[in-house]
Amino acid sequence: MTFSFLLRRIGYGLLLMLGVVILNFLLIRLAPGDPAIVIAGEMGGATEEMLAQIREDYGLNQPLLTQLWIYVSSIAQGDLGESFFFNQPVAKLISMRIGPTILLVISAQALSILIGVCLGVLAARKPNGIMSGFVSVFATIGYAVPVFWTGIMLIIVFASALPIFPVEGMQSVRLRDAGPVVKTLDVLHHLVLPAFTLAIIYLAQYARLSRASMLDVLGSDYIRTARAKGASERSVLFRHALRNAALPILTVAGLQFGNLISGALLVETVFNWPGMGRLAFDSILRRDYPTIMGVLFFASAMVVIANILTDISYRWADPRLRGRT
Amino acid sequence: MTVFARLMGAAAIAVGTLATPMAFADGGTLVIASSQVPRHLNGAVQSGIATAVPSTQIFASPLRYDENWEPQPYLAKSWETSADGKTVTLHLVDNATFHDGAPVTSEDVAFSIMTTKENHPFKSMFAPIEAIETPDAHTAIIKLSQPHPALLLALSPALAPVMPKHIFGDGQDAKSHPANSAPIGSGPFMLEEFTPGEAIVLKKNPNFFIEGRPKLDEIIVRIIKDPSALLIAMENGEADMYPFMAGSQEIKRLEKVDALTITADGYAAVGPINWLAFNTASPKLSDVRVRQAIAYAVDRNFITKALHRGVSAPQRGPIIEGSPYFDASIPAYDVDLEKAQALMADAGFADGMELTIDYIPGPKEQQQSIAEYMKSQLKKIGIDITVRAAPDFPTWAGRVGGHDFELSMDIVFNWGDPVIGVHRTYLSDNIKQGVIWSNTQQYSNAKVDALLNSAAVEQDDTKRKALYAEFQQIVATDLPVYWINALPYHTAYNAKLKNVPTGIWGSMHPMDMVEWSD
Repeated sequence: MTFSFLLRRIGYGLLLMLGVVILNFLLIRLAPGDPAIVIAGEMGGATEEMLAQIREDYGLNQPLLTQLWIYVSSIAQGDLGESFFFNQPVAKLISMRIGPTILLVISAQALSILIGVCLGVLAARKPNGIMSGFVSVFATIGYAVPVFWTGIMLIIVFASALPIFPVEGMQSVRLRDAGPVVKTLDVLHHLVLPAFTLAIIYLAQYARLSRASMLDVLGSDYIRTARAKGASERSVLFRHALRNAALPILTVAGLQFGNLISGALLVETVFNWPGMGRLAFDSILRRDYPTIMGVLFFASAMVVIANILTDISYRWADPRLRGRT
Repeated sequence: MTVFARLMGAAAIAVGTLATPMAFADGGTLVIASSQVPRHLNGAVQSGIATAVPSTQIFASPLRYDENWEPQPYLAKSWETSADGKTVTLHLVDNATFHDGAPVTSEDVAFSIMTTKENHPFKSMFAPIEAIETPDAHTAIIKLSQPHPALLLALSPALAPVMPKHIFGDGQDAKSHPANSAPIGSGPFMLEEFTPGEAIVLKKNPNFFIEGRPKLDEIIVRIIKDPSALLIAMENGEADMYPFMAGSQEIKRLEKVDALTITADGYAAVGPINWLAFNTASPKLSDVRVRQAIAYAVDRNFITKALHRGVSAPQRGPIIEGSPYFDASIPAYDVDLEKAQALMADAGFADGMELTIDYIPGPKEQQQSIAEYMKSQLKKIGIDITVRAAPDFPTWAGRVGGHDFELSMDIVFNWGDPVIGVHRTYLSDNIKQGVIWSNTQQYSNAKVDALLNSAAVEQDDTKRKALYAEFQQIVATDLPVYWINALPYHTAYNAKLKNVPTGIWGSMHPMDMVEWSD
């Protein structure tokens, strides 16, 4: 892996983000609805003068291209602007929420890869066995069921019928003054349902993918050789086969990161999770342009970074790629 | 025991511990669940429930009101109005301090009222105020251009927060002042933490000027936007109070929870009315007979009893029925399809007509469901209704504010005195293109203008009631709006809570008397 490879990937990433910023800006402004009316509505009404003042204050009376230029130059200087709705810097609003989103997305990613790959490996051992059938059915259901439906069902079962898990965000407000251990346990307690909800759809995909990939690898000559040399089944499966079967899983993991972030939007809304997804959802309804743009900017940055990391890990896992640029 | 079994055991204990709501200690914590997101916490420059609930805890105001619409001392220990009604003198308590320790003076009161006058969307509240004199630190003399009987109600906590001039008077724009999100007031609770869109944490003000109050140690407003998550939080004891609950399913569901008490008290001054607005400038709706025909065809009782499962009450006029100014003798428009058809024929629409109805997206039961009911009901008198959905509030507000509608469902609040929340809908000088909740019906009647302008300055309450009665008779005949029901606002709260605010402003009132019973 060379330095120039990394630089090139980062350069592509930055170009991609510039494109995303411009496209998002134009798409959002094309949507009908006037943010000044939303702000006036939230205020309980406004006079014509107040509406004009709001448009003036937020630069909404400027030509679109001027607004775009101001926005792109501000971003280049690290300023994401100020929320129309909250009158607070977008960067501050995002900084309050990026942690919960990352926690949710990474937990869901880890859960889905860990459980999904284990299920896939188990299924691949006996392609016509019960486990294999279970994985296929589970994958189909998991992939077909909408994530918000899964969330609502889990809430009905595990928060309403059996009140085991909370549904009111990331922390219990009554434990605000508790010690770090209790607080951590409290966060984990709140994390279970949303992380599992978000993980289910991808878990099914990983199970199916790793089953197919393992089946392919398990038929290879080197696996037969390993078995002939007397390697244990566990060693054959996890040391020899899985490492070779992991490449497509890694690729998909990187690509899925963007989907996970978009899935987090729904999950955060259903579970009142205080992350960026919910902020984005609410901001779209409020026509809070700077906040929507800021969230999209951060989300695209996370996807670009995840893809660069995938490229790096891909090269780490497959020595054949290391010489290529 | 295997490692796995140990882990599972530990997890089970942890889950069991965390799933049990914490007991409250000392004054205790009150967790208020809300689905409304405040932009900030300063009610001086922002109306609405979302801001008013925390704002009335953080800021004190000159007066507060009891459940009988009577003003009570708050920052003003006494007050008097001059014989000509053009001077109101407030005598302030001398022991009130802001949360930063600075004393509350008449300068702060004068600054706050004038700032609110300049920046609050309810212009009529303080419009007649010409100046506020402050002869000493504890006397504020409000000079009016004309008598203004609505003034005292406008000095309530929900509408007139007293802000520290030394913080808010630094020259920055009041509407976007950074202190709006980190406010310092002189109310019973101080802001500890504000996470926009998530939570507001308020701590007891130990130096509150009313001795022995507040009773609670802490109030946390937890914003839970998902309705089912909010209900589960109430059922599981994760939240203690849910004010401004308006869904019949929510009300019916929480009524079944033994640990909760449900009340409809506390919303008289809010006066939330759900109505059908007519664009009287539309050629099809300019004839009053068409509007009356629609009124005779719509069954308020079906809406309140069937669509709202009996939780909402019919509303016959522009002033909420719980207000002292409501006139019960106005026409009710009980369902009469034959009369409705005759009116349509008289208006030249015997063959029917086509109309479009808009509604506010969101409060489905109050808006969309009724719009859809109109479609089937008005077909009976030959009106073919197209229900026009809006994807979001801005789209709806753009259409109605821009007068680009024929019929629209709407929700408008009375906000205490008719001058504040009623006049705006009917005064012809408030027909303003692009301004939502102005006279979007484009209704113009010189007699109504004269009556409202007279009532605004009439000091004799009996005469004032008579003026509003006449106004109500006229608009109930002209029907620029067909009032359907009062929003069924209810408060659900933990049965162990005492002195839950159920006065005219409900939760938009200082909760300094609220306490846990054990």
